[in-house]
Amino acid sequence: MSSTRRNFLSGGLRSAGLLALGGLACDGDRPHAGFLGLMENVNERFQRALFDPGRLAPELSEGEESAPEDFPAYKISRELPVAPAGWALAVRGLVARPLTLSVAELRRLPATRTRVRHHCVEGWSAVASWDGVRLAELARLAGVDRRARYVEFRSFDSGYWSSWDLESALHPQTILAYGMNGAPLQREHGAPLRLYSAVKLGYKMVKYLTEVSFLPVRTGGYWEDQGYEWFAGV
Amino acid sequence: MPRSKQPWLIRTTHWANLVFLVVMAGSGLRILAAYPFLGERGRDYGWYLLQGMRPPDALTIGGWLAGARHWHFAFAWLFVANALVYGVYLFASGEWRRRLFSPRRDARNAWGTLLHDLRLRREAPPPVGLYNGMQRLTYTGVLAAAPLLVLSGLAMYKPVQLSLLTALLGGYDAARAIHLLVLAGLALFTVVHVVQVVLHPRTLAGMTVGRDLGPEERRAPRETRLPEEAP
Ligand code: HEM
Repeated sequence: MSSTRRNFLSGGLRSAGLLALGGLACDGDRPHAGFLGLMENVNERFQRALFDPGRLAPELSEGEESAPEDFPAYKISRELPVAPAGWALAVRGLVARPLTLSVAELRRLPATRTRVRHHCVEGWSAVASWDGVRLAELARLAGVDRRARYVEFRSFDSGYWSSWDLESALHPQTILAYGMNGAPLQREHGAPLRLYSAVKLGYKMVKYLTEVSFLPVRTGGYWEDQGYEWFAGV
Repeated sequence: MPRSKQPWLIRTTHWANLVFLVVMAGSGLRILAAYPFLGERGRDYGWYLLQGMRPPDALTIGGWLAGARHWHFAFAWLFVANALVYGVYLFASGEWRRRLFSPRRDARNAWGTLLHDLRLRREAPPPVGLYNGMQRLTYTGVLAAAPLLVLSGLAMYKPVQLSLLTALLGGYDAARAIHLLVLAGLALFTVVHVVQVVLHPRTLAGMTVGRDLGPEERRAPRETRLPEEAP
């Protein structure tokens, strides 16, 4: 076989292989893989570059709050999750002083209220106000190590969990909320304690919290492991 | 040698745009399907007549919400990059002069073409150079709408980090409506556009291989010498 023909053939095979790869490269059922996964990384860099730790989401007025029935509440358990007896939040990982905090203890910490627009990955938006403690305040109390780059949140909702970049977690509008719209947090919205933030999509805000861990490495999450974007900033 | 009717950069970016726009529209409709309402929760927009109607699956790409979002945010970059190549070329090459709408040259011609297309006038005004006035008007409109598509998309993607942009467009839910309306406009344009191409198949050769020696061009051999370009 002449070398030009061999070149031609191998070139053709290579192109066919690349074409086949190209077909695999965009698979909506495996969004973290191939070209879509590559672009998720590009988009994470873009979002991190845009993220400004000091930029606050506009605080809204009470009149802009959605009616209670217009603020949906999602869970993954079949029944409304029930807090285990003697519930307390654990703060651990790369911290100088691991903490265990009851609701009463959390309520004694400096309280903050934030009323911002909530953005769901599905495309809807709604508004509520949230009372709680800044996560940055807990990080300060626990003495977070400089090696910590990520924060993982665990819940008692059938193993629902998520993990975040440290910068978004320490944003002043990222709080652990025990109140909503001026009342104690209702069970369907994640009582006794939930994560709430102005800078992430709804599925990143873990409800029914049990544990906050400061980690050196990124982990995943309930929806993230199934294919939803990990960074998910807004 | 006369200038090519459709330079290769315009041909390439035009067909790439078709591919990217199909991907963007298909994945975008799959994202819309996850919440097929416009307006914030509890305050649906009254004017939107398709509240609650999911786009048909056959028009969507990505399979499910997470897949479609990954498609959408991956190809958005390619769509924008392609549009930038086209836009920079359009102005750097001077091609904009014979392609973009100029009221003085095109307004009367566009009106005449519209009347002809609506069967209200027998005679079609001859094209002025490359396009007739109505073509220039619609193409320029499409090119003006495209940035709005991208800006409203960014406003929804980053309503907090780009909160000024989002506010400028009237808020997150308004940006979502604008995004869908521009898409509807482009879809409408594309339908009319393809009908016109079918009625004037010669233009397809122009947009594909760059040359076009149809009677229209023979009638106006000096098409590159437009009034603005005359020395
Ligand atoms: C099957 C789909 C399409 C076909 C067959 C098609 C075909 C063509 C043809 C033949 C021309 C040249 C017209 C002429 O020389 O008189 C043209 C120009 C143009 N098309 Fe399309 N097109 C399609 C889709 C689209 C889409 C989706 C868009 C954008 C939304 C678009 C935007 C344009 C623009 C802006 C021009 C003018 C380009 C310039 O002069 O720089 N087309 N198209």
